Formats: sequence, structure tokens, C-alpha cells
Amino acid sequence: MHASVRPAVSVNITPTGTGSASREAAAPLPMRMSINKLNFFYGAKQTLFDISLGIAVSKVTALIGPSGCGKSTLLRTLNRMHETVRHARLEGEILLDGQNILAQDVTQLRRRVGMVFQRPNPFPKSIFDNVAYGLRINGTKLPIAEAVEKSLRHAALWDEVKDQLHKSAYDLSGGQQQRLCIARALAVEPEILLLDEPCSALDPISTAKVEELLVSLKDLCTIAIVTHNMQQAARVSDFTAFLLTGQLIEFSPTPHLFTTPGDPRTEAYITGRFG
Amino acid sequence: MLTMTGVCAVVAVAVLFFILGYLVYHGSTSISWNFFTKLPAPLGETGGGMANAIVGSGKVLLLAALIGVPFGFLGAIYLAEFSGTTVAFVVRYAADLLNGVPSIVIGIFAYILAVLPFKHFSTTAGGIALGLMMIPITLRSTEEFLRAVPRNLREGAMALGASRAKTIATVIVPAAYRGILTAVLLAFARVAGETAPLLFTALGNRYWSPGWNQPTSALPVMIYNYALSPYEDWHRQAWAGGLVLLGLILVINILARAILSRGVAVPRS
Repeated sequence: MHASVRPAVSVNITPTGTGSASREAAAPLPMRMSINKLNFFYGAKQTLFDISLGIAVSKVTALIGPSGCGKSTLLRTLNRMHETVRHARLEGEILLDGQNILAQDVTQLRRRVGMVFQRPNPFPKSIFDNVAYGLRINGTKLPIAEAVEKSLRHAALWDEVKDQLHKSAYDLSGGQQQRLCIARALAVEPEILLLDEPCSALDPISTAKVEELLVSLKDLCTIAIVTHNMQQAARVSDFTAFLLTGQLIEFSPTPHLFTTPGDPRTEAYITGRFG
Repeated sequence: MLTMTGVCAVVAVAVLFFILGYLVYHGSTSISWNFFTKLPAPLGETGGGMANAIVGSGKVLLLAALIGVPFGFLGAIYLAEFSGTTVAFVVRYAADLLNGVPSIVIGIFAYILAVLPFKHFSTTAGGIALGLMMIPITLRSTEEFLRAVPRNLREGAMALGASRAKTIATVIVPAAYRGILTAVLLAFARVAGETAPLLFTALGNRYWSPGWNQPTSALPVMIYNYALSPYEDWHRQAWAGGLVLLGLILVINILARAILSRGVAVPRS
């Protein structure tokens, strides 16, 4: 597979699938974020090629693809976390509610676009202080205790930790820590939540809990999730984008992509012939 | 091979225990309550103590910490969090060189800086000399502990909208505080026993040294002077002084180990 190969299927910014029937059915969906002609470089090496993609409001959009395909890189551009890496350069446009995120104050942007990472990364603080962190640094006027409880309930963690809020976050299990990180991200009430392989360090039971949680969070915010686990994408997402060597190969409603993939490479990947 | 390396290892440890044993043997017979509470006795009289040297050491070390800790700590934050690779390399290399500068040279430097212009020796000058020595030690070890904070903690804070400065103040330093405290204590222990820089700066004093602008006694200087003297009684007091100084440094070292062994705040993942 050469990096220069262009996608065989032209990809619309809204997920439409390739069949004409579904193209008509999926008429205008409101988009939380729109990525237009995104090119991304680490130094001289280009890792994303001409990506255009929309993330629909109150839906779960999954990014799948083999290791190194650029799915995490793409996700990290959405809250400009790529800027923490030296020599990272981005061309193109990313809109959040119609506003170019590259022109915004980055700390403001990250309050609206939350992120959960691959490995649970609670701070060395109490459970309560972890969830309250984002509120405190943003100088919120809201009552913090209530907001913390609300976020922990949203993350389906409240019942497990309500009696030990002032214990260290490291006393929790890995799965609980990851849900704590989700609660921490939800506390600042982001419009969109980015999850970068949030279950790759978790056991199957914790994974199931997180997946259940994601589906229930849809009403609260828009979700974009990177996963290398195709079953997971099939279970939780409404739309799925398949990336390969930095290119968007296919972007369709999830059932469509997994049942009738429009590109032979997508088919090869989801049937397990590579990756 | 095994025998040879084993013998070498035993020799290395034995030196420490020989010094410790010798010092305890001689020091413990001379140490007394008077040693901690009395001024040195006038020449020709026996008895007296080193109360002024103990207080003097305390004052000099306090000043040294006030100089060495802020510069070392903030410099380490710059190195670990802000500097480019070239600047970091230069600063780190310079700090290592400064760390290797013989303490007597530091003493001469402080003499030119803080004694010559004022035409008198002082507690302040002694504090400056030891403070200069503390800077590179604190800086290098603090930097190591800051760097050891996992990257994903930084990202976690920044993804919540924390600025660089807020991330450092609310997440990184709290995660590394045990290590930083250890680094400061070890730097403190390292300069507590320094004699040469104080000979040029604090000079020594057989009486109390009020304020910060007069020559002051300090334990290492007192030990040096007493050990060179021809009097049997002074020799005994020098042993006692050595024991007290060693005890102090040992306590600081053990304290530092204890703080660190309670575990780093962030488990390695």
C-alpha cells in the first residue's frame, strides 16, 4: 500500500455510504465539527492526506483502521493536542459549530472539546479533586460538589465511589479510573468528547461498562472515538470512518460500512485480511 | 574474580563504618550538654562548648537554602518544561560543571562577591557561598523528578483547558513533590559539611554573631580550627563536633530516603 494511492471512492463530508438509496436517506444532519481538506505533517513526513469528514451532533462517530493509519493523529487535531508535539504542522480547516478552531484560544477550545486518553490518567489527587479539576481551573461559579456528583453519575461511577470521594484516584481499578477520566472530562460540559482507544488498557468487563456508558452519553454530547477494535466500533457508533495510511478510505453509517463496504480495502480490513 | 570484587565491595563499605565507628568512639566520650549550650571557653581553660557554631551553621544553612532552593527549583522547571533541547543541554552541562567546581573555588568567588566589597566577613557571605553550591545540585535532581512525571498527566490537564503554567502548578509539581523534597534535602546535607567556602566567607568567631553582617562560627570551621590546635581539650571537642555534624547529615539523608520510599505520587504505568 503506497501513501500516494488516493481513495477510490470520493468521500463526502457527511457520511452517506456509497449506495444512492442511502445517500438520499441521510439528508442534512447537523454537524458539530467539520474537517475540510486536512493535511498533517510531522516535520517533513505527511501522515494525513486530504481528510474531509463531518462529526454529527449527538451521534457517535468511530475512527477505525490499522495501527499507524493516522486515526489517533486525526482525533488529536480536533482539540489541537497535536500542538504539544514539536514540528507538528496542519493544513486545512476544522470547524466547531461553524467556527475555525485554529483561530480560537486553545484553552477555551479544549474546554468545549474534551478528551479521554488510551491509558487512564487520573491526577495524583482524590477522586473528588480529579473531577473538580477542570471546574476549578476554569474558575467556575457553580457549586462544585453538585457538579462533581452529576458528572460521576453521568459516568456511571457515582454508586461505586460516593462513599470514598476523598480517597486517592489510584485506589480505583483501571476500569474505574477510566470512567473517572470520563467524568473529569464531562464535568466542564464539553460539546464534544474525543476518546482515543479508551478501552485498550481495560479488561472485557470494564470495556463493556465503558461502551454502555458511551451509548448513554449521546444525549449529553457528541462523541468521536478512535478504536482498533472493529466490534467495538460496530457496537457503539452511528458512523464509522475507515482510515488507511493517512487517507480516509470510506465514511458511512456504521451498519452500512460493516455490511456492504464500498471499497475493497475496507472489506479486506473488516473481514480481517489485514490489520 | 568473585573474591576480588567481593573484597573491593567490602572495602568500600568498611571505610564508611570505620569512619563512623572512630567518630562515635572519640566523639561520644567528649560530647556533653555543655557542648550544645556553652560558648567556647577562653584559651587556657577547659570545658565550654560550640553553641555559637551550631547556631551559626543553622543561620548559614538557612540563607543557603533561601538562595539555592528557589534558583534550583525554578531553573529546573524551566529546563524540564520550557527550554528547547539546545538551551537545556547548555544549562544542564553548565550545572554539572558548576557542581564539579572545587568548593574552595566557590569560596574564593563568594569572597570576591560578598566579602571584598564590604571589607568584612559575614554570615551572609557564608550563606551565599553555600547557596551557590546548592543551586546546581537542586536544579539537576529536581529536573530529573519533573521529567519523570508521565506525559499523559500533562496531556490530561491540558486537554481540560489548563494553560502550561497551570498544568505545572496544579499537576506536575504536586506529582513530583516527594522527589523534589528529597532533592532539596540531599543538597542541604551535601553543603552542611562544607568547610572550605566558609573559611573565606564566614571566617569563624569565638563568640555569638548577632545579625547577618558579622563573621560567624560554623561547625565545620570550628572542627577545622580545633583539630589543628595543640590542645588536648580542643581535639576532644573537634571529635564531638564531627559527631554532631555527621549525625545531622545522616538524619537528613535517612529522612530523604524515607520520603522517597513512601513511593512516588504517581505509579509508573
